[in-house]
Amino acid sequence: MDIPYVVDARPDTGLNNAKLAIWLFLASEVMLFGALFSSYVLLRVAAPVWPHGYDVLNVPVATFNTLVLITSSVTMVMSFASLKMNDLATFKSYIGITVILGFVFLGVKAYEYSEKFSHELYPSENTFLAIYFTLTGLHMLHVIGGMIVNSYYWGPGSKLWHTAPAQFTNRIEVAGLYWHFVDLVWIFLFPVLYLL
Amino acid sequence: MEHAAILDHAAPHAHGHEQSFWRTYVFSLDHKVIGIQYAITGLLFLLFGFTLMMIMRWQLAYPGQPIPVIGGWLGTANAPGGIILPEFYNQLGAMHGTIMVFLGVVPLAVGGFGNFVVPLQIGAPDMAFPKLNMASYWVYFLGGVTMFASFFVPGGAANSGWTSYAPLSVIATMGQTIWLFGMVFLITSSLLGSINFIVTIVQLRAKGLTFMRLPFFVHAQLVTAFLLLLAFPPLEAAGVMQLMDRLAGTSFFMPSGLIISGQPIDFSGGGSPLLWQHLFWFLAHPEVYVLILPAMGIVAEILANNTRKPLWGYRVMVLSAIFLGFMSFIVWAHHMFMTGMGTTISAFFQTTTMIISIPSVIILSALFLSLYGASIRFNTPMLFAISFLPMFGIGGLTGLPLGLAPSDIHLHDTYYVIGHFHYVVAPGTIFALFAGIYYWFPKATGRMMNETLGKIHFWGSIVFMNLIFMPMFAQGLVGINRRLWDGGMQYAHAAPYQGLNVMQGYAAWAMFLFQIPFIINFFMSIRSGKPASKNPWDATTLEWTAPSPPPHGNFTSVPEVFRGPYEYSVPGAATDFLPQAQPDSGGAPTPAPTAAH
Repeated sequence: MDIPYVVDARPDTGLNNAKLAIWLFLASEVMLFGALFSSYVLLRVAAPVWPHGYDVLNVPVATFNTLVLITSSVTMVMSFASLKMNDLATFKSYIGITVILGFVFLGVKAYEYSEKFSHELYPSENTFLAIYFTLTGLHMLHVIGGMIVNSYYWGPGSKLWHTAPAQFTNRIEVAGLYWHFVDLVWIFLFPVLYLL
Repeated sequence: MEHAAILDHAAPHAHGHEQSFWRTYVFSLDHKVIGIQYAITGLLFLLFGFTLMMIMRWQLAYPGQPIPVIGGWLGTANAPGGIILPEFYNQLGAMHGTIMVFLGVVPLAVGGFGNFVVPLQIGAPDMAFPKLNMASYWVYFLGGVTMFASFFVPGGAANSGWTSYAPLSVIATMGQTIWLFGMVFLITSSLLGSINFIVTIVQLRAKGLTFMRLPFFVHAQLVTAFLLLLAFPPLEAAGVMQLMDRLAGTSFFMPSGLIISGQPIDFSGGGSPLLWQHLFWFLAHPEVYVLILPAMGIVAEILANNTRKPLWGYRVMVLSAIFLGFMSFIVWAHHMFMTGMGTTISAFFQTTTMIISIPSVIILSALFLSLYGASIRFNTPMLFAISFLPMFGIGGLTGLPLGLAPSDIHLHDTYYVIGHFHYVVAPGTIFALFAGIYYWFPKATGRMMNETLGKIHFWGSIVFMNLIFMPMFAQGLVGINRRLWDGGMQYAHAAPYQGLNVMQGYAAWAMFLFQIPFIINFFMSIRSGKPASKNPWDATTLEWTAPSPPPHGNFTSVPEVFRGPYEYSVPGAATDFLPQAQPDSGGAPTPAPTAAH
């Protein structure tokens, strides 16, 4: 029993199944983070006093983190492009760098969080910190999820290249779309939380 | 048992190798098996939710009296001496709602019927992502186990209503935390499933099956999938925030200066209980359309088939379903009219709520009009499907005074609301689901259900459903509040209505007794029902071209579609129905049906 359009595009929609699926998933993720951003807005508007992000959080460190994620999106695309050019070794290098950059991001966030905790600045302290930790925490979980997927494709998952290269390339494209989204969420998070 | 009938023809040999019992019956990737797993689990949870309600019904009929027979089983924490404590009554109420909506109706309507029927109706070999499908069932199962387990922790299950309003839910007992984790599982399951449905319907339609040739059931499931995809995430976010409030001491929903039992609470404050309500109802309103759309889809299929004529207004029904889905995102605050909102925003939500009734009425009217001039076959699925129409009509009409703020002032949080929504879901959706079970049972099992038992089930259900829920409109109009553990009997204005609760209790028991013929029929027919052909109902849609039950991969040859879904009683045709997959003798495809005929 063969399910059609796993790799080939369906003529009238122009899509393969996985590509449609990931865009739908990303739509739901927009609603998830959108709800949290909306909550930020409502909580801030209602608050008699609200700190500026740059007074509480470490902007230079987060700027570095932003550049780390943007770079990782570039390397993700390069990994996909390498597969399109039939170069598995370069693909592995690029997706490996993407995963490493993910670890860098996580490390920096761990440093930021521990800095806060060491000054007894917990989520329970005020609603700004509550939404900061929740938004960045949920984002971090999404980063970890993406890293698990990317690591899998760097490692055991790459075996699929040898039996079904077109399907494997599609999977990397789909993983790349997810990773770009995770990056995009951070592009919104950074100014809203740190700069405003 | 159930699986055996389907899978005798199916999985073990289909891949050219034997699959173990576990891969065939438990961890199957076949949408039909998964659909049946969802359906049976959903039916079991419906039964469990019903028993919770039966315990509440005792308390309402005889407040403060010990429950006979099972009083001792409930435990001294819940019912010392067999007398239900208010805390336990609240658990029953919250979990009855949660279980019926999230563990019962939606898994049966979407996970069960959707999974089983949609691939067959579009001519596909399976869903687009079989592994994702299996994962979504098991995550649902995990969510169900989590919810069930919450009854057994100290403090019992969640007891802040299925709506879990803050700040009560934030300071509630441990069961609320478990409820939140259970909801995370259920939302995840729903998300995976909805992606699968949309991709399947868009990508895997058979050749010739354009969107406007799809059975209305498929359109209904497609809109439902979009509602689940886009409306659930805000509740997930809200659930995370409530977990943070409960576990990390944040104040997303905890206002400043809150005093509980004379003590100021130990939270930073600055949060908003209203924020929870907005996020919750942003999902929960589209959720009610998730509850009704598959039911409308089922009724449409059964009406077209048993009237032997095309659905009236197919195109208008499809457009209405899509418009309904879109509108459902902008009405949510009609659940919040009493929260102190300003008149402008209240006017906005009243307007959108009135507008959203239009597509519902159009769909209901089209279904009613489909009966006109019809040659009706009154079999059991048709009885349930026809009864859906006035029952949903009552439910929908009684929603109107709730959707208008001035009348809602009087009716809000009373038994009128309970009557309204139960009419839509209980004799509404659930009757449609029963209809669907009787209708598609032959396809799933290769056997017909017994008509006599079916008719007994139907007549008992419709009589006693109405006896249970119709009095609630009166109780609400006179001002009896909902969620009162003694049924409101401490208030003088409720006293004259005490007797109604006794009658409703008896009706609930009778309702339960009339489900027994159904349960017997269900299991008995699997073994010894009359064998069914491929197409025992002489229906036109694609699922009836597959064997009963269909093998792994569904169709023995790749289907192609030549006409719309409801070509019944076509003038000049040899039979009173033209199947979608039957080629024209002339070779040219018939155009899809237009709105009028």
